[in-house]
Amino acid sequence: MDSKVEPGVRYSKTHEWVRVEGAEAVVGISDYAQHKLSDIVFVDLPAAGRELKAGTACMVIESVKAAEEVFAPVSGTVSARNEALVKNPEIVNTDPFGKGWLVRVKLASPVEVDALMDAAAYTSYLATLGE
Amino acid sequence: MLQTRLHDWHRAHGARMVDFGGWDMPVQYEAGPREEHQRVREAAGLFDIDHMGRVELSGPDAEAFLQHVQTWDVSRMAPGRAHYSLLLNESGGVVDDIFIYRREGSWLLIINAANAPKDVAWLSSHARGFSVHLRDLRDETCLVALQGPAACEVLQGLAPGSDLAGMGFHRVAEHDVARARVTLCTTGYTGEPGFELLMPAAEGVRLWEAILAAGAARRLLPCGLAARDSLRAEVCFPLYGNEMDESTDPLSAGLMHAAVRLEGHDFIGRRALAALALKPLERILVGFEMTEPGVPRHGYRIRKDGAEIGAVTTGLFSPSTGKYVGMGYVKAEHSAVGTALEIVIRDSTKGARVVQRPFYSSPNWR
Repeated sequence: MDSKVEPGVRYSKTHEWVRVEGAEAVVGISDYAQHKLSDIVFVDLPAAGRELKAGTACMVIESVKAAEEVFAPVSGTVSARNEALVKNPEIVNTDPFGKGWLVRVKLASPVEVDALMDAAAYTSYLATLGE
Repeated sequence: MLQTRLHDWHRAHGARMVDFGGWDMPVQYEAGPREEHQRVREAAGLFDIDHMGRVELSGPDAEAFLQHVQTWDVSRMAPGRAHYSLLLNESGGVVDDIFIYRREGSWLLIINAANAPKDVAWLSSHARGFSVHLRDLRDETCLVALQGPAACEVLQGLAPGSDLAGMGFHRVAEHDVARARVTLCTTGYTGEPGFELLMPAAEGVRLWEAILAAGAARRLLPCGLAARDSLRAEVCFPLYGNEMDESTDPLSAGLMHAAVRLEGHDFIGRRALAALALKPLERILVGFEMTEPGVPRHGYRIRKDGAEIGAVTTGLFSPSTGKYVGMGYVKAEHSAVGTALEIVIRDSTKGARVVQRPFYSSPNWR
């Protein structure tokens, strides 16, 4: 299976991505993650204002067969959530790096982003997963 | 793990495989469960159900034996007919749900994969005193299902000498399909018209591919277990192990009309069932839809005003209705349509309400 890896964003080992925009970051899941999940039927988004801690579960994405946790790739405060996913969660499947974004976060510690993988490192990482 | 005759084909064609009761089965193909589900509602889908058990009964006492071990009055079935039925234990609990097909001179039972060894042992143990021969057809046959409004047209193209549309609903007959002698059953588990095909084992893969080729122009897709489950769930066909098991009786499960005739024959579990029928039910299987978004799943607790009243047996996002729905057992006093319920989803509760089953009825059905 060939997963798309978007350039210009950073990746966690648990397959979330982060795109820094000033003091905020947009968070989503990778194409690899959406494909592994299969058809997504519900995204349980965290409320605006909620504090996220890097590496801890921050929301649940439900696919046809299972409920999977999403881990916050960075720490910060939720400033916006993708309300379009409430009615159309399948957007995460069809456009994981674009319209299928999950939340915007006001970064608590921007240096956390540097610890995440860039596109090249993530591509190598996916290759090690043997998929 | 156990493998069906189509196992290598699935692996070679992009299927995602899962362990289903010890069988290595395709849960989906590349199109994905949503698309596969939709195709069955709109066109047609082909399912590998070769994991399911099938047993042939013959002999002078075959009918008498069946009357003794299952709940339907099979004396009402003419040759060529099929009917849904249950195997019960002495206390009225469901050992399995099955489909019975009456052929000329023999009966065919299709039984759940996970229950097949149990059922065969159970049937054999009750055969004493009957002149009946039980034959396990697993080794000599391959079983697949072709379902959807276009199923008949697709299969007809491979059976030029037969009138498949004329077969009718819930029937069984032998036909030549792609030059193989096949037992065609107009039954299924999707709420759509279609066929279950009992094929010679050696012809399984060839016929599977022949059907896919014949259906390509009608948008036929191979479909996995995920679509099979969402299709059956939104038309509220029960799944053994979810909606019923040996501790569940057919009254509470709402299966009396579909599967049981108390009159006309005496069967294992009948006495217990007749006694239960005189008493008010403690719990009843209901359908519900979420009034707050969330995915109910098997085993989630059901509450009413904070108090626990039951558990979810099946839950899903129903593609054909666009709603989050489920089934579950609740205390009888909370089973009326319209009753507000709460479903415990992880660390919160989400609102739901009891609705009429099924959630979806196909316009193509029957």
